[in-house]
Amino acid sequence: MKAATAKLTPPVGERDHVQGSERALVTLVEYGDYECPYCGEAYVVVKALQRHFKDKLRLVFRNFPLSEAHPHAAHAAQAAEAAAVQDKFWAMHDQLYENQQALEDEDLAQYAAALSLNIPLFNRQMTDHHVTARIREDFLSGVRSGVNGTPTFFINGVRYDGSYNLAEMIAAIDESA
Amino acid sequence: MTISTGMTLGAGTPAPDFKLRSTPDQFVSLSDFRGSPVILAFYPADWSPVCGDQMALYNEIIPEFHRFNAALIGISVDGSWCHAAFARDRKLHFPLLADFEPKGGVARTYGVYREQDGTAERALFVIDREATIRWSYVSPLGVNPGADGILKALEALPASQSVTK
Repeated sequence: MKAATAKLTPPVGERDHVQGSERALVTLVEYGDYECPYCGEAYVVVKALQRHFKDKLRLVFRNFPLSEAHPHAAHAAQAAEAAAVQDKFWAMHDQLYENQQALEDEDLAQYAAALSLNIPLFNRQMTDHHVTARIREDFLSGVRSGVNGTPTFFINGVRYDGSYNLAEMIAAIDESA
Repeated sequence: MTISTGMTLGAGTPAPDFKLRSTPDQFVSLSDFRGSPVILAFYPADWSPVCGDQMALYNEIIPEFHRFNAALIGISVDGSWCHAAFARDRKLHFPLLADFEPKGGVARTYGVYREQDGTAERALFVIDREATIRWSYVSPLGVNPGADGILKALEALPASQSVTK
């Protein structure tokens, strides 16, 4: 009768956006929404975790846009995935989280220009079905894995139910290492 | 620690019927959904401060529930005016029922009322098209249970039950 412990499905693989070494002791997976203010707060914490753990930590980001709650979340996710086609996923990811208050389509186009992306290609990819299908796949994998809001983190494949403060997350990661 | 009024109804138990307000002038009964699986999501209160809270999350997953032809119903002890404001604010596309008078009456029949708080538990029931409970789960109050358990339960319904007509 008990729900199974929330476990990451599918595990981190080829299709994922990864920062850090494959040999890292700990893999932190975030399911996030670019417009969610809690994800914005967590963005700062994740950066601090990366500085703290250096090559011991590998970061993976999967899309979990709550499009009903956040009207700009879907397009922002598409912008990051469209940038990924030009190998600029993380640069766009950072742009978006550092400018959460400005996620209109014109803003997204500006960020693409600031990252020196090929703009016609970026614009095509924004609405390409590979991009939208990928976001949907991420979302559904999150639902299957027990994502229960944004952000949701998995530490070495197990859902982290603690809070997003640095000390608590460091402790949880240390424990899994 | 979970302290409910009674035993939470489990798999194999007939789902008690109920009739509750969904809006200030409309009622919804469980029996209205006969022939479709129903997901009954009891929750403590509207206006949870968490971003992407449980109801907002389920709102985004409705297309998945519809693949199983399943209807989603939220229930709390909040009144129908409160539900209406909450549903409008969060753009929810499923009914929220007011277990308001007698307070928590339906939560009690399902064994998921918290006397000490005066609210329902965060409890999930997946009910099959013949109105039998097939899965139930009570989450620790502070933990949003997500939807993975619901989807697994819907998948486990006999094929004839999950096929969309």
